[in-house]
Amino acid sequence: MDGRYNLQTPVTGLAADIYWLHSFLLWICLAIFVAVFAVMFYSIYAHRKSKGAKPADFHESTSVEIAWTIIPFLIVVVIGVYATPVVIAQKDTSNADITIKATGYQWRWGYDYLKGEGEGISFLSSLSTPRAQILGLEPKGEHYLSEVDNPLVVPVGKRIRVVTTANDVIHAWMVPAFGVKQDAIPGFVRDTWFKAEKTGTYRGHCAELCGKDHAFMPIVVEVVTPEAYTQWVARQSAASAKTAVASAK
Amino acid sequence: MSAVLEPQQGISGHHDHAHDHPHGWRRWLFATNHKDIGTLYLWFSFSMLFVGGFLALGIRAELFQPGLQILNPELFNQFTTMHGLIMVFGAIMPAFVGFANWMIPLQIGASDMAFARMNNLSFWLLIPAALLLVASFFVPGGATAAGWTLYAPLSTQMGLGMDLAIFAIHILGASSIMGSINIITTILNMRAPGMTLMKMPMFVWTWLITAYLLIAVMPVLAGAITMLLTDRHFGTSFFNAAGGGDPVMYQHIFWFFGHPEVYIMILPAFGIVSEIIPTFARKRLFGYSSMVYATGAIAVLSFVVWAHHMFTTGMPVTGQLFFMYATMLIAVPTGVKIFNWLATMWRGSMTFETPMLFAVGFIFVFTLGGLTGIILSVAPVDVQLHDTYYVVAHFHYVLVAGSLFALFAGLYYWLPKWTGHMYHETLGKWHFWLSMIFFNITFFPMHFLGLAGMPRRYADYNMQFADFNMIASIGAFGFGFAQLLLLYIIIKCIKGGPKASDNPWGSQQGGLEWSVPSPAPFHTFETPPAFKGGH
Repeated sequence: MDGRYNLQTPVTGLAADIYWLHSFLLWICLAIFVAVFAVMFYSIYAHRKSKGAKPADFHESTSVEIAWTIIPFLIVVVIGVYATPVVIAQKDTSNADITIKATGYQWRWGYDYLKGEGEGISFLSSLSTPRAQILGLEPKGEHYLSEVDNPLVVPVGKRIRVVTTANDVIHAWMVPAFGVKQDAIPGFVRDTWFKAEKTGTYRGHCAELCGKDHAFMPIVVEVVTPEAYTQWVARQSAASAKTAVASAK
Repeated sequence: MSAVLEPQQGISGHHDHAHDHPHGWRRWLFATNHKDIGTLYLWFSFSMLFVGGFLALGIRAELFQPGLQILNPELFNQFTTMHGLIMVFGAIMPAFVGFANWMIPLQIGASDMAFARMNNLSFWLLIPAALLLVASFFVPGGATAAGWTLYAPLSTQMGLGMDLAIFAIHILGASSIMGSINIITTILNMRAPGMTLMKMPMFVWTWLITAYLLIAVMPVLAGAITMLLTDRHFGTSFFNAAGGGDPVMYQHIFWFFGHPEVYIMILPAFGIVSEIIPTFARKRLFGYSSMVYATGAIAVLSFVVWAHHMFTTGMPVTGQLFFMYATMLIAVPTGVKIFNWLATMWRGSMTFETPMLFAVGFIFVFTLGGLTGIILSVAPVDVQLHDTYYVVAHFHYVLVAGSLFALFAGLYYWLPKWTGHMYHETLGKWHFWLSMIFFNITFFPMHFLGLAGMPRRYADYNMQFADFNMIASIGAFGFGFAQLLLLYIIIKCIKGGPKASDNPWGSQQGGLEWSVPSPAPFHTFETPPAFKGGH
């Protein structure tokens, strides 16, 4: 099952890099774990008084100390060498095809398409799980607490820059399948990016404690084909034109 | 090690002390004796452990199933916040100060702490602080629900409970600073003749370094929360962007305190484990001087890693890289300590009484928490795991399985010295195995929850997280109730039990504590003992 014992299946190159990096680290740590505790448990098994073990009297060895300082240091350097390019790629938000502003509110997200195809579209995105499900009066649906009224829609294969900010307190915009988590800070703008390589619906949550309904402001991103995206943009523009006319009356 | 006592020292143990210290409530309220104050600290922290534990079980009861059943989200956030604050500032830190009070003078052959009356004040300040924290649940709006980190501007939205928490932390900080001054002065000036710095027991060394860390960072925390207080009430805008402030600055200041704080809670634990492993391996501590240097290195590094708690705030790429590299470096001195413990065990002649079980258990589970720390140090992976249950798992592996298990180890190790009785060994072993197993049932599944993307501080969650949450909740209740067994063991040991000898473990390690009778008489080392040996 997806994301049951491990990170969610990545749908962006960056998330794939993070997935690989995590697996790489996990194997290193497992190797250290096995090596260290093989020694410890052998010692527990063999060097016990009840087996007649007599204590040795060594208690110092400069060469051993140097060895077990240098070797972990070298392991850390190797990890650093592999991690650095991913850090740099993650922070590089240049050359975006579409820029979207995500604003955290207590407790919903607002999206404004700032640049690129769909510019000018703007809507709020709130939890659509009925209250009765939360209180246990109705059976819980498949996407309990991970469903919204208006999902964010983006085209597949395009570089999307997400600019985050907030209206009240700090929130964080997280979509694990994209490898994206960025705090949304009131009064400041920060940014992150993703390029989804597969169409589908991807779900995330607010990841910074923001008050009582922190658990109830999910993020849903629909990644669609460029054609479907163009149609969606047209529908949105028509709808917002209609509302503009309606409100002008 | 061999400690040689002045002949008259041994006799003092046979005195009836009825005449030389006040009785009844005066003995405790006006306490200036380091042993009495140590006892007060330990009982205080033990009570706070149960208060914090009660809050933890409230959290786990709510999270047993998806949906809202027991706590509404407001109260849930108050529970998570106060669980953190009470466990960190009420349970773990005072417990280590309690150990310091009892053991540092006994280990270094001092008659008492340097500033006996200030010592009294350090303890009694804890009581109003604890009352403020607990009372905050009952004021309008309830306790602060901004998380134990009290991030602005969420914390500026909070009600009166937040102000009570701020005052409580101010008082606790003052208490910690006084305690630290006392510990440093005692260690530097009152060691037995012959005990040079590099012959001090490891517990004393780790506390000396910890006390310096405390003095360095507690004022920083006090500054941060004072700025919060003035933002809340006096119209300043330190953390309010609308007035020219910056919410992220709060996080920088907080974590400049917060990261050294993590080592404040683990270095004395390293000290306790370094006392116990050699005793039960019947072999000298391997690499004593490298242990001292590693402790110092961890303390120094702890000041330059704070922003690894902030990889998702949107620092520039150079910031991400610097804090990632600095954080990864901490693995090196920490590794040295673990390898030294293993080398101490290697070719020893080990027995596994309860203190040793907890010490070995500590190495095992603490190392697991250290390894997930390495994984989290890598910035891109941290971005994925930050503020998820993976982090909750990680810091409970180092704080519960680390600090708390080391405290349990030290408790069983020195309880005979404190009470004059041996605790019930079989029950102690039961306590160890129950704690160890339930701890892992509680916290191991949280790694999977975090990897799958469950955020922390959530009152309710998706269906996909249901099974692991249920397992964690069952484990938490088991772990919580196992601690009632510890309470029973302690009371039983105080009331009676086989008579403990002066040196019940036959320890050739540590300091001068084994040269005084068990229980340690009210006054010890009124004339400085001679210290021969050591490392």
